[in-house]
Amino acid sequence: MEHYLSLFIASVFVENMALAFFLGMCTFLAVSKKVSSSFGLGIAVIVVLTVTVPVNNLVLNYLLAEGALTWTGIAGAENIDLTFLGLLSYIGVIAALVQIMEMFLDKYVPVLYNALGVFLPLITVNCAILGGVLFMVERNYNFGESVVYGAGAGFGWALAITALAGIREKLKYSDVPGGLQGLGITFITVGLMSLGFMSFSGIQL
Amino acid sequence: MAADSPKGVLITPIFKNNPIALQILGVCSALAVTTSMSVSLVMTLAVVFVCAFSNLFVSMIRQHIPSSIRIIVQMTIIASLVIVVDQVLRAFAYQMSQQLSVFVGLIITNCIIMGRAEGYAMQNSPKMSFIDGIGNGLGYGLVLMVVGFFRELFGSGSVFGFTVLQPVQDGGWYVPNGLMLLPPSAFFIIGLMIWVIREVNPEQIEANEFKMKHNTEPKEAV
Repeated sequence: MEHYLSLFIASVFVENMALAFFLGMCTFLAVSKKVSSSFGLGIAVIVVLTVTVPVNNLVLNYLLAEGALTWTGIAGAENIDLTFLGLLSYIGVIAALVQIMEMFLDKYVPVLYNALGVFLPLITVNCAILGGVLFMVERNYNFGESVVYGAGAGFGWALAITALAGIREKLKYSDVPGGLQGLGITFITVGLMSLGFMSFSGIQL
Repeated sequence: MAADSPKGVLITPIFKNNPIALQILGVCSALAVTTSMSVSLVMTLAVVFVCAFSNLFVSMIRQHIPSSIRIIVQMTIIASLVIVVDQVLRAFAYQMSQQLSVFVGLIITNCIIMGRAEGYAMQNSPKMSFIDGIGNGLGYGLVLMVVGFFRELFGSGSVFGFTVLQPVQDGGWYVPNGLMLLPPSAFFIIGLMIWVIREVNPEQIEANEFKMKHNTEPKEAV
């Protein structure tokens, strides 16, 4: 249990997706003008990461990894290594899951669909999702760990984008030099936030 | 903009309409792989390759793709090309592929490539799309190399691994600035770079939403 808690804290603060690994930057910068919309996107990222990372973990362990196809009982299956198909399968699984989730929400939870609907298609090509999956693969997380890691990484990303949106809402009243307006000052703000998050490094439970 | 000639298509995205500095596309990986110049160079080559060929292939089959599933088709082409890059790197430059870790895979979700396939290759001939892909890849690479240059020079005192500023621990005079190798400095450098680019091209400056009011004149206050 402690191990999972530590993994969660580490993925939220120490290895923050947006501020330490620069993942999902495009949407991070483009959608962070308002707190309400960035909060919505943040929630969507949490949901999608919590689902896609474990599912891709299963795909890896039961379909792609070396000898993973042994359960099919086909002769010689234990020698099949399909890991080179990884990237293609992960992105396919992500795209399909996002699509299914969108349809499911539309049918059964229309309130949530209205809130998240606009953001879900954006998320398919968000590097944070694929990045989360690839980190899970690289670090050999097991199923339980990948659930915790997915949720933690999503939570960290949501935290970062909401905080940035809060700062930017205040920042628009300030007198920024011409060339820095908009994008420039946003980058510098994110740099300062990243500096702040670095103070979490080394925390262990 | 004279973007219709092959030369124009190649040059415009590098300087005038840079994908990173102006359109905020593909920033994610641009920041993460710039701690040293050789890594940035490999990443640039990979992106130029994927961007050029994905544009070429998408453009070649653009008449046959049903528009409802075009994103998936583009995605598949891009992902296959990235797999090729990844496998080649693993086979011939294992050390480098370890350093780039997940960021080779993340070329798939690099918005520049998706954006060019969707925005340019779907409407233009294969030859022009190919050139456009190279131009955008190089535009991305230019920013990467500039950021990489500053981070490596000040962070470890070297350029492409050759020592330029002799660091103190090797008996030299330069105290390396460790912050340059950490994430925040990448944000600062890109922010400052955008500032410089926009001072040079004032038409790119974003309008301010609120106009500052002047301070009260002393005589009004009294």
